[in-house]
Amino acid sequence: MFAFEFMRHAFAATGIVAILSGLVGYFMVLRGESFAGHALSHVGFAGATGALLVGMPPFWGLTGATVLAGVAMGLGGRGTMQGRDVAIGLVLSCMLGCGLLFLHFLTTSATRATALLFGNVLGVDRSMLGWLLVPGVACVLAMAALSRPLLFASLQPETAEARGVPLRAVSTLFLAIVAVVTAECVQITGVLLVFALMVGPAATAQRLTASPGWGIGLSVVLAVGAGWGGLALSWWTDCPTSFWISALSTAGYLAARAWSGAGGRAV
Amino acid sequence: MSGDASPAPPPVSMAHVTLRVGDRAILSDVSLTVPAGAFVGVLGPNGAGKSSLMRAILGVAPVSGGRIAVFGRRVGRGNQDIGYLPQFPARSAPRLNGRSVIAAALHGERWGLPCDWRPGRHRRHDAAEIDRVLELVGATHLARRPIDHLSGGERQRLLLAQALLGRPRLLLLDEPLASLDPHRAREVVALVDAIRRQLGIAVLFSTHDINPLLGVMDRVLYVGRGAARLGMVDEVVTGPVLSALYGMPVEVIRANGRIFVLADGVVQS
Repeated sequence: MFAFEFMRHAFAATGIVAILSGLVGYFMVLRGESFAGHALSHVGFAGATGALLVGMPPFWGLTGATVLAGVAMGLGGRGTMQGRDVAIGLVLSCMLGCGLLFLHFLTTSATRATALLFGNVLGVDRSMLGWLLVPGVACVLAMAALSRPLLFASLQPETAEARGVPLRAVSTLFLAIVAVVTAECVQITGVLLVFALMVGPAATAQRLTASPGWGIGLSVVLAVGAGWGGLALSWWTDCPTSFWISALSTAGYLAARAWSGAGGRAV
Repeated sequence: MSGDASPAPPPVSMAHVTLRVGDRAILSDVSLTVPAGAFVGVLGPNGAGKSSLMRAILGVAPVSGGRIAVFGRRVGRGNQDIGYLPQFPARSAPRLNGRSVIAAALHGERWGLPCDWRPGRHRRHDAAEIDRVLELVGATHLARRPIDHLSGGERQRLLLAQALLGRPRLLLLDEPLASLDPHRAREVVALVDAIRRQLGIAVLFSTHDINPLLGVMDRVLYVGRGAARLGMVDEVVTGPVLSALYGMPVEVIRANGRIFVLADGVVQS
């Protein structure tokens, strides 16, 4: 399957996005913000379709909308997104509705819509790889600087605040990173299935590990495994990649639950 | 602060302090000094402002009037002289082990990678600091277990260890007994007292139940109805004062050097 250039691109793109998703997803799950990430992808859907409507590249509209929404969430929150599921859910459905409206005005493309909603990793070209790689590296560097106060603030917000961690700034910066990663993830899994790469592997890793270092490592490995596994399975079975990625991610989580529920020991 | 004749500045001094939460004044024009090495029980009805007072000392909640100084310096966030155990310390506990949670708090306010991911010398230095605080509270054996497998008392022990990171000279413990049975509560109080004596640090320990602290605390700070008063135990732990403080009839009985507080006719000892 590596004989084809589109498959090589697909593997590279999935690898980049899976590494980011595993890393950032770990903190999303730890902070109880996985639903917020899901909402961001829907905002991105409205952004992407809106960009198409005015003739801009959809990836720009997607990234711009998610980052704006992420920053707004961070600044509007109290340093955490926990317990705000109603507000997030409403924004999520409203944005999906807006995206639908924009699509309605766009006469072109049911395929565009399907690609945005469910991903189109086989359509990634060389220039798109660059668009994934550059923001991806920036996100990894930002996470390297942010991870320590973020971990502290995620586990014990009150103590962290007393020790001088700027909770709102840390939360906003993190949500901006989540927004960029979400926009990248949409390229692979689509708006509706970002959970599969961003939340599934991270949640599985947290079931199986007892320290953040091991947890993040395992989360990244599992995300890459689900991404590449999904690509390979879709090659052999001719089913959609996003289906296999979400299936692997969910199967992994259920297996980890069963194993840790049966008295498995965490590393 | 000014006018304090002692050579070393006291752990906490408050001069004409007014604290507001929303538009409610929880303290107005309060002046007091917590002496070095004191074990101060912070008492008062729920909602009287015990937590707000601690947050003000930490510099997290703004002071609307007057001045609070900690070891002679105006309060401000990130004061390394203070170890803090908040009332609701941790998020719904993940499966992380205790050591990871403590490690996340060590210099957690700095930018960069978490301290236990750094290589070489730094890592050994940080590991030694974590070992030190775990040993102080006798929790070395607990630190390897996931935090959600620990009992309430064991978790408090770990969080107390975390509060001791960086060698603070003042401990602020906000309702550390809230979810503990009386036996565990006594254990935590005894542990805090032993650490206070060993390290020579001052402790502010808030609780809504005075009994576990009797015989251990040497001063009482009571907060209620906009006022705060710091006094010796014998001055404050009396029937009339406690009755006024809790707003119900309270009797205090002293026998064989022990104190019993009877609230509503029920002995609590």
